[in-house]
Amino acid sequence: MNFDDTPQEAEFRATARAWIAANAPKQYEEELRKSSLGRTQLKSANILEVAKAWQKKKADAGWACLHWPKDYGGRGSSPIERVIWQQEEGPFGKLSGMFIIGHGMCGPTMMAFAREEHKRSYLPPLASGEKVWCQLFSEPAGGSDVAGLRTRAEKDGDEWVINGQKIWTSGAHYSDYGILLTRTDPNVAKHKGLTMFFLDMKSPGVEVRPIKQASGASDFNEVYFTNVRIPDHQRLGEVNDGWNVSLTTLMNERMSIGAGVSTGFPELLDYCSSLMLDDGPAIEDRAVRARLANWAVKASGLRYTSMRAISALSKGERPGPENSIGKLVAGSMIQDVATYALDLQGAAGVFSGPEDAEVAGRFQAMLLRAPGTRVEGGTDEIMRNIIAERVLGLPGDIRVDKDVPFNKTPTKGRG
Amino acid sequence: MNFDFSDDQKQLRDQARKFLAEKCSPKAVRIVLDGKAPYDKELWKGLAEMGFLGVAIPEDFGGAGAGHLELCVIAEEMGRANAPVPFSSTVYLAAEALLIAGSDAQKKKWLPAIAAGEAIGTLALFEGKGNPSPKNVKLTAANGVLNGVKKPVADGAIADFAVVAARTGSSGRDGDISLFVVDLRDGGVEVKSLANLDPTRGQAEINFRDCKAEPLGAAGEGWSILTQVLDRAAVLCAFEQVGGSDRALEMGRDYALDRIAFGRQIGSFQAVKHMLADMYVSATLARSNSYYGAWALSTNAAELPEAAAAARISATQAFQHCAKNNIQVHGGMGFTWEFDCHMYYRRANAMALGLGSLSYWEDQLIDRMRKKNAA
Repeated sequence: MNFDDTPQEAEFRATARAWIAANAPKQYEEELRKSSLGRTQLKSANILEVAKAWQKKKADAGWACLHWPKDYGGRGSSPIERVIWQQEEGPFGKLSGMFIIGHGMCGPTMMAFAREEHKRSYLPPLASGEKVWCQLFSEPAGGSDVAGLRTRAEKDGDEWVINGQKIWTSGAHYSDYGILLTRTDPNVAKHKGLTMFFLDMKSPGVEVRPIKQASGASDFNEVYFTNVRIPDHQRLGEVNDGWNVSLTTLMNERMSIGAGVSTGFPELLDYCSSLMLDDGPAIEDRAVRARLANWAVKASGLRYTSMRAISALSKGERPGPENSIGKLVAGSMIQDVATYALDLQGAAGVFSGPEDAEVAGRFQAMLLRAPGTRVEGGTDEIMRNIIAERVLGLPGDIRVDKDVPFNKTPTKGRG
Repeated sequence: MNFDFSDDQKQLRDQARKFLAEKCSPKAVRIVLDGKAPYDKELWKGLAEMGFLGVAIPEDFGGAGAGHLELCVIAEEMGRANAPVPFSSTVYLAAEALLIAGSDAQKKKWLPAIAAGEAIGTLALFEGKGNPSPKNVKLTAANGVLNGVKKPVADGAIADFAVVAARTGSSGRDGDISLFVVDLRDGGVEVKSLANLDPTRGQAEINFRDCKAEPLGAAGEGWSILTQVLDRAAVLCAFEQVGGSDRALEMGRDYALDRIAFGRQIGSFQAVKHMLADMYVSATLARSNSYYGAWALSTNAAELPEAAAAARISATQAFQHCAKNNIQVHGGMGFTWEFDCHMYYRRANAMALGLGSLSYWEDQLIDRMRKKNAA
């Protein structure tokens, strides 16, 4: 048992480290290091522009989407090399936020289902960040129940005509392309009548409207489709096989290892180390320590769970299912941590402006952003279902709409 | 990076699991649970023959000379099987104290006997209520004899010898405490078994009356040695707790698959599924924290104090959580003496107190993290 690199891993790490040291945008390092959930922005620059510039620089030197094949803009690296890169990239990795969906979900789906000429033309600019992609799955009538979506695609010659509405689409307002899940046959059971496409977000009939979130910010959008035309060669997978295609996408969403989930614990420990309470330093208070200790072991538990997965990658094995706990644990933990940080501030915890609030309001921002982390990319409840069904082997939910034609399923709760 | 046990160590774990499945069935555990024997002597002999008791004891002292990682994988299986033997007192506490501070003669006297299954040892630290602290040690040592009362002493009623924490000064500092080894077979002690939460591991009161004792380690070094012993034991106990957590989770999962109510498997209800998923989360966090503890223990890393405290807290929480919800999944049957659920519930809650309770370790963890950050 050890934490040492193999000689090849050590060599790769040294190369990556040297390149990052020579090329990363150091002027933003401190700010990125201090940014936390609900507050990833730069004071003196537009973070989207900085992110795109960094991604392009990486791509030009062969450091973008490391595990992708070289022909598609990657480096052909092993999974462990990708993890080492993420470790070395450190705070600059926070600049990858706007590319996560494109690189983590759209890219792998294109790679598995797109035509060869499309892969060669669309994937390299996706890798280099010159083109940004979004994922158009969720709808007002289909969130956790993605297969309940209603956006229609109807065949018209060599094209498909799209009408409907998507919601919670991260980054749609700055995206160039998207992968789109639609209903092509409402007369069969809901999972059986779906088809996947990719499309140009600038197509006529696509309208993006930002959603003002509960936190006040706008990371997500509604996207409306009015008679949008998509050529059939942009279909991904067979007609009515979209559900299986989407499983590839969603599997990738939860596979990201080594990036490290945000728990808020380092920020809270740091805060408590300097905070003075009425009776003395917070860190010397037994009650504070007890709370800190409980979060400390969750944070370290997640860290070493991820190390176990990385070790499996290093040996060329498939990681076990244990990494599936990350989002579930971190999501509610960061919410609790933020709530407690404000509790320690007493009445002044109510301030949210950077001038009046403690530590520039980082915990207030965290608190307001946190509810979203427990919903996006699989709610806490969906994550528990996944653990119960795929890891523990418990039965799936009884689905009353499973064998019912989609257009015969109920659409209203009451009345 | 290889943050995992080696193939040989995993093989040893499989071997221990197989051995315990055969020799330590729930039926065998119940003989001790029902008070028909103080511990499972046959199993103890078998563990010695398998080389498990001396796995981390050097060959020079009659052991297998493997190491702490090997001991960790065996500990996990001891916890999974709920083994009713004085393994933790003898192997994690007494043997480790001797390995850290014993003289050559002391090691020669006790370690080969431990490895052979011929001597049961324990640590006599507590004196009633309270957590590990020099302040709570009142038993005195003077002129080579001990006077005072220790309780609870794990496996005290069946132990052949004890490592005893005694007061040798009154400065109010850690240096007031020294350790001694007492051969309990030589007299000078009165031992009384006390009813406790987990009858499969006995607890006793030992009254020392002018009891002859020989020093273990230098005078005034007792607290510093004890701290090291408790850290090592925290990691090893964490593996027992991880094994127990996994077993309780499995029992709950299996019952949820077998039991039908309202016309369906109860494991198809989200209320039950989510409870089991949360148990899996606790058990996974505990396992990962314990692996880190194992790494720190086996490499004698500077991170051991922090890693041990984290493993202790995480594994204690997980075992308590899994054992309690295993009963809940079983419903009324889980609350019967006949079903095995309560054996894990008892073990989980007794283990949560043995080396100092959760509140003690929580305080220790943050203290140690601070010291590391300051350094």
